[in-house]
Formats: sequence, structure tokens, C-alpha cells
Amino acid sequence: MTRTGLVVANLFRKRTRTVLTLLSVIMAFVLFGLLQSVNSMFNAGADFVGATRLMVQARVSFTQPLPISLVPKIEAIPGVARVAYSMWFGGVWQENTPLFVFAIDPLRYRDAYPEYLMPDAQWQAFAHTRTGMIVGRMLADQYGWKLGEKIPISSNIYPQKSGSKAWAFDVVGIFDGKDEAWRKQTNIAFINADYFDEANQFGIKGRTNFFIVKLADSKQAQAISKTIDAMFENSPDETKTQTEKDFNLGFIKQIGDIGLIVHWILFAVFFTLLLVVGNTMAQSVRERIPELAVMKTLGFSDGSVLGFVLAESFALCLCGGLVGLVLATALGAMVEKGTGGQFVVQLDGGVWLIGIAAIVLMSLAVGLLPALRARRLRIVDALAGR
Amino acid sequence: MAESMVEVRNVTKVYERGKQKIEVLHGLTFAIPKGDFVALMGPSGSGKTTVLNLIGGLDQPTSGQISVGGSRLDELRSGELAHWRAHHVGFVFQFYNLMPVLTAEGNVELPLLLTKLTAAQRRKNVAVALQVVGLSDRAKHKPRELSGGQEQRVAIARALVSDPQLLVCDEPTGDLDRSTADEILGLLQVLNREHGKTVVMVTHDPKAAGFASRTLHLEKGQLLEQAA
Repeated sequence: MTRTGLVVANLFRKRTRTVLTLLSVIMAFVLFGLLQSVNSMFNAGADFVGATRLMVQARVSFTQPLPISLVPKIEAIPGVARVAYSMWFGGVWQENTPLFVFAIDPLRYRDAYPEYLMPDAQWQAFAHTRTGMIVGRMLADQYGWKLGEKIPISSNIYPQKSGSKAWAFDVVGIFDGKDEAWRKQTNIAFINADYFDEANQFGIKGRTNFFIVKLADSKQAQAISKTIDAMFENSPDETKTQTEKDFNLGFIKQIGDIGLIVHWILFAVFFTLLLVVGNTMAQSVRERIPELAVMKTLGFSDGSVLGFVLAESFALCLCGGLVGLVLATALGAMVEKGTGGQFVVQLDGGVWLIGIAAIVLMSLAVGLLPALRARRLRIVDALAGR
Repeated sequence: MAESMVEVRNVTKVYERGKQKIEVLHGLTFAIPKGDFVALMGPSGSGKTTVLNLIGGLDQPTSGQISVGGSRLDELRSGELAHWRAHHVGFVFQFYNLMPVLTAEGNVELPLLLTKLTAAQRRKNVAVALQVVGLSDRAKHKPRELSGGQEQRVAIARALVSDPQLLVCDEPTGDLDRSTADEILGLLQVLNREHGKTVVMVTHDPKAAGFASRTLHLEKGQLLEQAA
């Protein structure tokens, strides 16, 4: 027998209670892992982009389209290398599978996003095929789309002139990302803005949701941003120009409440867990006060007894926490795979570090009071049942 | 004159219960020679267990001196007392006080976790201790699988395993039937006579006290001889 063996034996003296407590710790850390990685996912979106591009949208909301005629004006600003534009199509695949589909000007977009890699011939084909569509590698792999195929896609926003919301596009290119991070952003598709502009029934011709301004010098980002907004101030199409990061953060702000809810859920989960595990530990110490007194009688010091109780608490939280985080990692991978990479729930190093810190803190929080009680135990009183 | 294992000099012990102070021992003085088997008898509240706790290093006197095996227990701090207990004294309780989650050999091995012995050496010592108390065949059994007498034997093996010179026993047969009690007392006698252990035993049972080589009577915190 070893000291570790003694800790484990004491931990499982009430097997059912320990297993149930362990399960609650596991569940809490599964939730923690998944929710924390959702938070990380949002942050990763913001960190992903650099400040080499600016996003221009209508000041009120990006849902209010801006005229494409602004492009040359913006492009004329010194320090602007290229301006692309993008319009949300609202694609739906088959019955009810939403797709990220944007209507773009092919060659402008290629210049603005060199991170997307595709043979030039396919870019050219895209530019010259009105019904052309290019799809990201992830999307193509997920649905088995191949070059030359005609893909029926509905729009949940825009009907064609015929009134039908069913559109059909020819796959003329499949693009990849330049690295792992960008490859994860290939779950989207682009259609030709000219075709969309002509064929849609709505009176939004010549308009787009936002412009992507590629900068010649990232140091000029703030100045150019101000210039663009000043240029269209007091016009019917006032703009709001942000870095790509801020633009994404704008989206995050919309789900900021979700982030808050996530934190509150975690707070509630861990608070409940503290009560559950804390109660288990307190009960476990309370019901073996005579045994702890005997240990002290045999020569175990106050510090040793404190250490034993803390070790039990730590072992319980560590086992449950690690199993929970591993399960969350596996579940996250399943979610990512199941959604074709559209929902990247990944427990990165940061989440693991926070998780391990939570394990240590929780061990101390639930174990310290019972451990101190065990430490303070007076042998004579404990043996006499006082 | 035989060398003393225990020397108690002018010891008083006062317990505080709330605002009330209760003096349990009043200037107690006595000595127990090495290798002696002493029974401590007296009515409830006479201070028997308090004396046992003091000479076992479980408690400190309010005043006076206690020397056990040459160590001044009244001068040791809590951590030092714990260390002293681990190496110099073995305890046997009325209700055995075994760890229910450990087997008999696990219980006996427990005090050895405080030594620097290797696992193999610990196992060997445990086997010897269990053999001395005649329980080698029950080594893998948990306390709930043992009879009261067997549990007490395991407790005695646990008290013996680190080879202390002093055994303090608090009513070791108080929870046992007559015949089992006699077996346990016989075992303590063997440990005293053949292994040279000094045994101090608190008991209410005159028959149990008959196994000791002498009996000290306590009443109202004083030895009767002294009181007289």
C-alpha cells in the first residue's frame, strides 16, 4: 500500500457517491470545454484577420446595400490597392441546409483575397461564366461537388425574375486556403455578382452589402477608414468603415449576449458543482473523523492529514475534469465534422489551460475547508466523539 | 532499580468546557519501569484515559513533566509529538479503530508509511506482525470480514509493526466476550513477557487487570496510594 493507494481507497469508500460526483464533474467540464471553445471560436474569428483590409458597410446596417458605383471613388483614395465587394445570397442546399454563398466580382475578389488559392484558369472561367460558381474545398468535399456540375441552390431571400427562388449554378472552380486557418474558411461558395444583379427580382440592382478595401499599406488603415467615411458623410449612402477584425467583432457584439449567457451558464454549472463536490468532500471528512484521528494517533502530522484530504479532492476534480475535457474535445471534433467545418468547436491549448486552472481552483475550493477541519482535529476530542 | 519507561511527575490536567474549567488530574506522580505490564483502574471520570492520552503523546499536560523512553513529551510541539508517536508508541483502542477501506495488512502497514522502509520491507514487517497475532491467513480481509477478536488482533499488529517499546491500550477487551478477551489479554501478556514491550492498559475489568503484573488505581485524578 502507498499513500496514493490510501487516497484512492478513501475516495472510493462510498463508491456510488463518488461515481455520481465524478459524473457531475465530468459533465461540468464537458460543458465548460464546449462552451469555452465556442467563446474561443468567436475570438479566433476576430484574430484570424489582419488589418490589411477594411470593410465598408452602410452606416446603419450591412443589410442596407450600398451602390457599387462607390467602388471607383474608394479605389481612388491614395493607399487603397483594390476594392472588392460582396453580397449575401442566402443560399439553401436541397431541403433546408443553409450555405454561405456570396455574390462577388470574381477578379476583384481574387485580388482582395490572395489567401484563397485557385488556378487562374478557373478564376477566368468564373469571371466569364455568368452562371458560374466557385466553391470552397470543404464545401466541395462535403457535398461531392465537382467541376462542371450544375448545382441547384435556392435563396431564402432573393427570387429570380420568374419568381422562383430556385437558382442553378455551374461549378467552374474549387478554391483552397493558403494554410490551415484559411482552409477552414473554405466552407463557402461565390457566385457571379453580374449574373445575380441581372437575374434577381428585387430592386437592388447595382448594390452590394459591403466593400472589401485592400490596403497598400496597413499602417494607413485608420486614416483611410476615416477618409472613406468622411467622403460619404451626409450622402444618402453614409458608410461605416472598419478593419476586418472590427467588422467581425461587430458580428460578435451581436452574439455578445450569447457570450454572456455562456459565462453565466458556466458560472451556474461551476457554482452547483462546487456545492455538490464540496458537500461530498465535507461529508466524506465528517463521517471519518475518528479515522482521521487514528491516523494522527499513528503519527501522521496535521499537515499530512490536510494533504490527504486535499489529495482526495484534487484526484476527484482532476479525474472528472480531464475526462470531461477529453470528452469535450471529442464532441467538438464530432460537431466540427458533422457541420462540415462550419462550426469549429475546438478545444485549443488556451481552453485546456483554463480548464486545468479550473480543476486546481475547484480542488482547492472544495477541499480546503474539509482539509483544514481535518488538520485542526484534536485527537483526544475526536476519539471521544466530541 | 529498573529503568523507567514512563515517568509522570506532578502532572495536572485541566480541561476547559466552555467557561468551565475541570481539573482532571491533580499533581499526579508515578513511574512505570521498562518491560512492566500495568493496568490502570478506577471509576469513570477518574482520569484513566487522560493519563493514557498523556503518556501516549496524544495530549499535553497543563503542568508537570512526562518522560517516556527518555523523551520529555511535555516539551514537544504538535509536529514533534506526531513524529514521536510514529516511532515510540503503539495504540490499541476499545473499538479497534481500523480503517474500513483497507485490508488487515493495509491497516497494519499504515504506520509504516511514515518510515523510510521500502515496499518490500514494509510487506515483510507486516507479515511478521500478523504472524505474531496469529492472523497471517486473514491478511487480505477487510475489517468487516473479521470477528471482533480478529479486528483487535489486527489493531495489536498495527500497534506492534513499527516495533515501539510502549503499548498503550484503552480498554482493549471492553467490546469482546470473555473468552476472546482472555485471548487478547494473553496476547498482550506474551508481547510483554516474550517481546519485552511495556504495556499500559486502562480497564474496568478486574479479571483483565489480573493479566497485568501490577495495577494502579486512580480516583478523582490521583493514585489511590498517593491519595491515601
